[in-house]
Formats: sequence, structure tokens, C-alpha cells
Amino acid sequence: MAIEIGTPAAPTLKWEYAGSRESADLVTIEGRYGLFIDGKFVSPKSKRYFPTINPATEEPLAEVAEAGEADVDDAVAAARRAYTDVWEPMEAAERAKYVFRIARMIQERSRELAVLETLDGGKPIKEARDVDLPLVAGHFFYYAGWADKLEYAFPGVRPRPLGVAGQVIPWNFPLLMLAWKVAPALAAGNTVVLKPAETTPLTALIMAQIAAEAGLPPGVFNVVTGAGGTGAAVVGHPDVDKVAFTGSTAVGKLIQSQLAGSHKKVTLELGGKAAHVIFEDAPLDQAIEGVINGIFFNQGHVCCAGSRLLVQENIHDRFVDKLKRRLSTLRVGDPMDKNTDVGAINSRDQLEKITELVDSGLDEGAEMFQPDCVLPDRGFFFKPTLFTNVAQSHRIAQEEIFGPVLSILSFRTPEEAVEKANNTPYGLSAGVWTAKGSRILWMADRLQAGVVWANTYNKFDPASPFGGYKESGFGREGGRHGLLAYMDWDET
Amino acid sequence: MTLAPARTSILPNRITTPSLRSFLRSVPSVDEVGANERVAALSTRSIKRESKRAALDLITRMIDLTTLEGKDTPGKVAQMSAKAIRPDPLDASVPSVAAVCVYPNMVKHAVEATAGTSVKVASVASYFPSGLVDTDLKVEEVTRVVRLGADEVDMVIDRGAFLSGEYFKVFDEIRRVKDACGDTHLKVILETGELVTLDNVRQASLLAMTAGADFIKTSTGKVQPAATLPVALVMLEAIRDFMDATGVMVGMKPAGGIRTAKDAIRYLVVLNETLGEAWMTPDWFRFGASTLLNDVLMQIRWLKTGRYWSPDYFTKD
Repeated sequence: MAIEIGTPAAPTLKWEYAGSRESADLVTIEGRYGLFIDGKFVSPKSKRYFPTINPATEEPLAEVAEAGEADVDDAVAAARRAYTDVWEPMEAAERAKYVFRIARMIQERSRELAVLETLDGGKPIKEARDVDLPLVAGHFFYYAGWADKLEYAFPGVRPRPLGVAGQVIPWNFPLLMLAWKVAPALAAGNTVVLKPAETTPLTALIMAQIAAEAGLPPGVFNVVTGAGGTGAAVVGHPDVDKVAFTGSTAVGKLIQSQLAGSHKKVTLELGGKAAHVIFEDAPLDQAIEGVINGIFFNQGHVCCAGSRLLVQENIHDRFVDKLKRRLSTLRVGDPMDKNTDVGAINSRDQLEKITELVDSGLDEGAEMFQPDCVLPDRGFFFKPTLFTNVAQSHRIAQEEIFGPVLSILSFRTPEEAVEKANNTPYGLSAGVWTAKGSRILWMADRLQAGVVWANTYNKFDPASPFGGYKESGFGREGGRHGLLAYMDWDET
Repeated sequence: MTLAPARTSILPNRITTPSLRSFLRSVPSVDEVGANERVAALSTRSIKRESKRAALDLITRMIDLTTLEGKDTPGKVAQMSAKAIRPDPLDASVPSVAAVCVYPNMVKHAVEATAGTSVKVASVASYFPSGLVDTDLKVEEVTRVVRLGADEVDMVIDRGAFLSGEYFKVFDEIRRVKDACGDTHLKVILETGELVTLDNVRQASLLAMTAGADFIKTSTGKVQPAATLPVALVMLEAIRDFMDATGVMVGMKPAGGIRTAKDAIRYLVVLNETLGEAWMTPDWFRFGASTLLNDVLMQIRWLKTGRYWSPDYFTKD
């Protein structure tokens, strides 16, 4: 692009960012993984394995054991032995050291873990690197700090652990959901049998390696991979004292009915259909970023995604125009590219579910907007999508899509915003954008949601509790509240 | 010379301090935490290989190579102009910068030194950097530098008047300076380091654009903080809103504190993802800088030769 001296410099630059891929060589993936039971990897008694694939390429990454009932029996028995013989009797300060050690090892291996999280799950590497991994380590550090201070967390009672925790986690934040559950469970003195999601088991297996390298006593942390059947075996096992589940409301309901009448304590973190409310006096350009982050973060595979946008009517058109323009700058594609904003849909099943719901939105008469972006030929991808002219009764306004699809409705008064926001069986999260502080408080009082974000969205912190109202579940994870899910106590 | 009616079409019929105040109050507020997060996210863009090469070329073409010191001499201006025309004597493919930016007393020398080239002469005027004199005197100075042959004028707004709410004074001064400029390009410096809040930055941006600014510019370089990414983002968003409302395109110039190619690339990313391709040209975006150019040249040399060169290989002008 030599410019001759004397010629006016005027051409504009159409600036394409050159590919900037994170290296997949940072991780070593074994061909086949066994189950992690009693401190070592073992072959499944079921003798069954299933493949886990990279959703961005559809190529297989590894074969993973499918734990059957006998395997789950072994894992629970190992967890029980470890609980009775080692972990529960151990000095709390000693337990804390193990959890701290795991936290540090996560930090040391965070680049490798981020790459594997992206390869196995499809999320953009920049999110795995900048959001997931720092939070994962943060949760372990946070709960390690509580381990020997539980009586100060809940003054006036003598806390004690519950026993063996059976934990079933989803595929959208495989490591983070592990951290939310495993860190407080271990810190409070419980032992764990973890069932990672079928499509994203690999990082949990690396965590098993880390636990072993950290010298965590055998049986304290066990990983049984598999699908729904394995999860049901963990949840239903008679020697499990505590069940923690994050996933769909349908499965959550099954679990709760299955456990009715048992001694098990349960926490459920289920679906959501969060309202994201934009008032006319909102900082509009930052609200646009909040809305984008709210629904396109992790391809919308977020239980607290701000999937229903409620915009005050007098700014609706202007806001939607701004949103469309912003959508067109999202970079969709290879999750391993450091500049990718929206990565791959986690699985073919999920892609089909999203497609079906988007088709229903079109059938019901909503207007769709998608930016003019090119999707990769292979892998599971879906364009960032907006729907306007959405009615409360449309399926896309009612059902959790769990994908990069935003339904936009309008409102005229704060009362109407609250009514529409709460008009859902879910109640996990909500967002409010306004420059008026008093209105934020007024809204937060009335929104039936476990988390209400004000002038921001999708902000997480280990010290902040998270959980739902209504059919979004019960129990809290994170913060001091998160310990309660893994404790019982005696009055002093 | 009167303003294009499109510029003032978003203002009330009678332009007074109260009517300007209500106009500025209707400008969307800025959430500082959100603006900081947005630029932090954009700063993680990974710019490699061809995209970096293209960026360095464009950054060079966007630089207003600046010297604004009491000890400036005609010789120094001549040297800097030579560098502006031919930044890298060993590499003719490196383009000229956009302009040289000097004090009014150096305009004559800069005009001579850049005659017959694409490099423009920008002069700070309006009693830069304080701008604390009567409007008449500012207009007189601007008129003089235009007559001396400056292609571009960089003026600074009356921050005191803005902060005390005398919006008409600020507006009218810019308008009168623009009248004095005629076809000469007017860059209006907001001195964002003294406006402090991003809400003020956004409102001052709109005030300057309605009053006739061809470019809005962050800083004189004499006040800290000078240009920052969040301030640049808010100014670019104001430019976008102004374009939407009036159809008038306005340029942007961050100035002061941008010293490395890496910094400049971050500004370019924010520009690219806020306003897009149409602004990715020296006609609509400039960097006000002095030391930035050498770092860019070092990066270009590195990309071409595959090795780093000592700063001693690049001239200090």
C-alpha cells in the first residue's frame, strides 16, 4: 500500500482481523478416559464408552467411560469411606490446604483448561480464558478460605457436613458449575461424586487429575461420566446424603419427585427466561452492550441469560436499531479464534432445539433479524437472532431457548414492566437499566428473580449467592449462602 | 459561511443557553463502568500479521505529527516536516503522515516545509492551550493562521463556560471560529481531562458538533489525563448518534498519551467496531502524537524484516 508523496490519502480500510487461533497443542487429550473412583482412573464395570466431540468441527476428541449402576455404587462407596475415615475427621484447616492447593493448580493450568473447555464445549476461547477460568479458581480460593471458619460464617451453631454429595452438572459452564458445587462441598467437609454432562466431560476429568496431583485423599472427589442414566443412578443412590443438580426444569422436577420422602437434602438450579428491562433514561450504548452480553454470552447457553428484552416504548425503535447494528459487528465462528465473540452451539440436539423454537417464532408471526454473517461449513452454529413484534403468548417469549435468540417486547410504565417480567414460571435473574437509582430499588423489590442486575448483566463473583425463585429452583450457590447447601448444624 | 442547516436541525429553533441545556439533558447518559468494560473487552482483540500490517500503515497515515513546545524553532519544524513527508528514509513504502501540527508562529515554516506534498498543516489556535481569552481575540488568531495557509485549525473549547452551564457561550464561540475558518478544517478540542465525567464528554461532543466542528478532539496534550480509550469510545458513540440524527459525518482525533503502536491499534479497534469502515481513513480519524510514529516505524520494520531494530536506527526529529 505504497502512497506516493503528493497524493491525497483518502481510501478507507476494510479491516479484517487475521485469524488468531489459540493453540490446541496446549492440551494433551488421551484417547480414552476411565472413571475416577477412589483416587485413581479405573475401567468401567459397564464396559461401555461413548465419544465426546468438538462441536465446532464435529470431530471426536476422546472416548469416555459410561458409568453404570455398579460403577456409581463403587464411587459412592469410595466417597463414604473417605468421608468416614479421612475427610470428616480431618482438621478443618488441613482440609482448607487441599482446597487452596487445588485452586492454585487450576490457576497454573488455566490456559490448558480454558483450551480444553473450548474444544469440548464450543465456547469462545476469550470467554473460557477471561471469564470461566478466573471464576473457577476464584470459587476454590473463596471456599478454601471458609473451610476453617464455618462457625464464624454461622455464629451460634455448630456446623457439620452432610456426608456424601451427589452432584450433576450441565454442559454450558462445565468447569464453573463443577467449582460452584465441588468447592463448597469439600470446604464444608463433604465428599463428592460428580457426574459431568455427557457432551462436556473432559475438563472434569482433568480436575480429577489435579485432585490426585494435589494429594487429595482417595475417594474425597470422584468423577463418574455418562449420560442421563448415570445421573439418575447418582441422584437415586441410597447412600448419597445430598443432591445438587443444575440443569433443565423438567429434569429438576423429576429429581425432586424421585427424592420426595428420602433423607436427602436437595438444591436445584434450573432454567430461566430472564427479563432485561430498559428504561428510556438508561445509558443506551452501555445498555446495548449489556443486552448483547446478556443473550449472546456463551451462545446464550446461560440459565440466567437475558432472553426477554423489555424496552420502554418511546425508545423501542431507536434501541432496536442500535441493537441490530451492534449484532452485525459480532464475530461468529471458530471458538478457538481469540477474536470470536459467539462460538459453537454445544451439540446437534441443542442446535435442533434452537432451530425448532426459532421456527415457531416465525410461525407465530414474530419478525426475525439476523446479521449477515457467514457460518462455518462444519460444526454446530447458529446466527445471533433477534425477534421483534413478540407477544407474551409466543413460545419464544415463554420457553427457555438456551441459544443466541432474543425476544423483544415493549412496555409503557414501570408497573407494566414488572408485570411482564414476572409473567413466567421461571425466576432466576433479571436486569434493569436506568439512570435513576430509586427506580432500580423499586424494580428490584418487585422482580421475582434470584438475581437482579442493575446497569450491568451476567456478573458473577464467588462471594455473591446465585439461585432461583419459582421453577428456576431453590438453594443458593456462591457466597456464604452457598455453604448452607452442604451443611447441617447443631444448636450450641 | 454559515453552518449546514442539518447540523442544527436537532436543536430548538432559538438557540439559547436554556434551550441548549434541555437539548444536552436529552442526550443519553453514560455508564462509566459499562464504558470501561467495553473498551477493556475490545482491548483483548488479537491483531496479527496482515491485519497488523494494514493497521500500522493506516495509523501512519492518520498521524498529526505534533510539536507544541515553547522551545520550537523553524529548524525543528522543518525537520519534523521532513519526517512527516518521508517517515522512514530507508523504506519508501511507508506513507506520509496526515499532517504536522504546530503553534501559530510556526505555521509559515510548516507550510514551506510541506509545500507540494500530501502532508497538511494543522495549527492550534484560539490561544491554545488555555483558550482563556475573549472570543474576538480567538477569532482574530484563527483568521490569521488561516491566512498563513493552515489547512486545519485545532481550537480548544471554553471548559469553564461549559462546566458552569453557559452552553451558548461555548456554542457561539465554536460557531464563530468555524465561520473564521471557512473551508479550513476545524478540530474542536474538548480537553476531556478537565471535563472529567463521561456524561460531560458526551454532551460537549454534541455541543461541538452542532456548532460546526469538523472533528472533535480529546485533548491539548497539556492536561492529564489526555486521551483515554473510554473517552474516545464515548466521543465515537456521540459521533454515531449525531450522524444518525443529522446525516452529518464528523471526525475524531484522540491526542496526547498515545505512544505505542499497540495503544494506537486499540484505538483503531474501538473505531472499527463503533463507527466502522467509513471512518477508517485519515479523512475522518487522526492521532495527535509525537513519539507514536517511531514506535509504529519500528513495528513496520519488524514485520518486514522479522527482527527488532534498536531505537537508534530511527531518527528523533
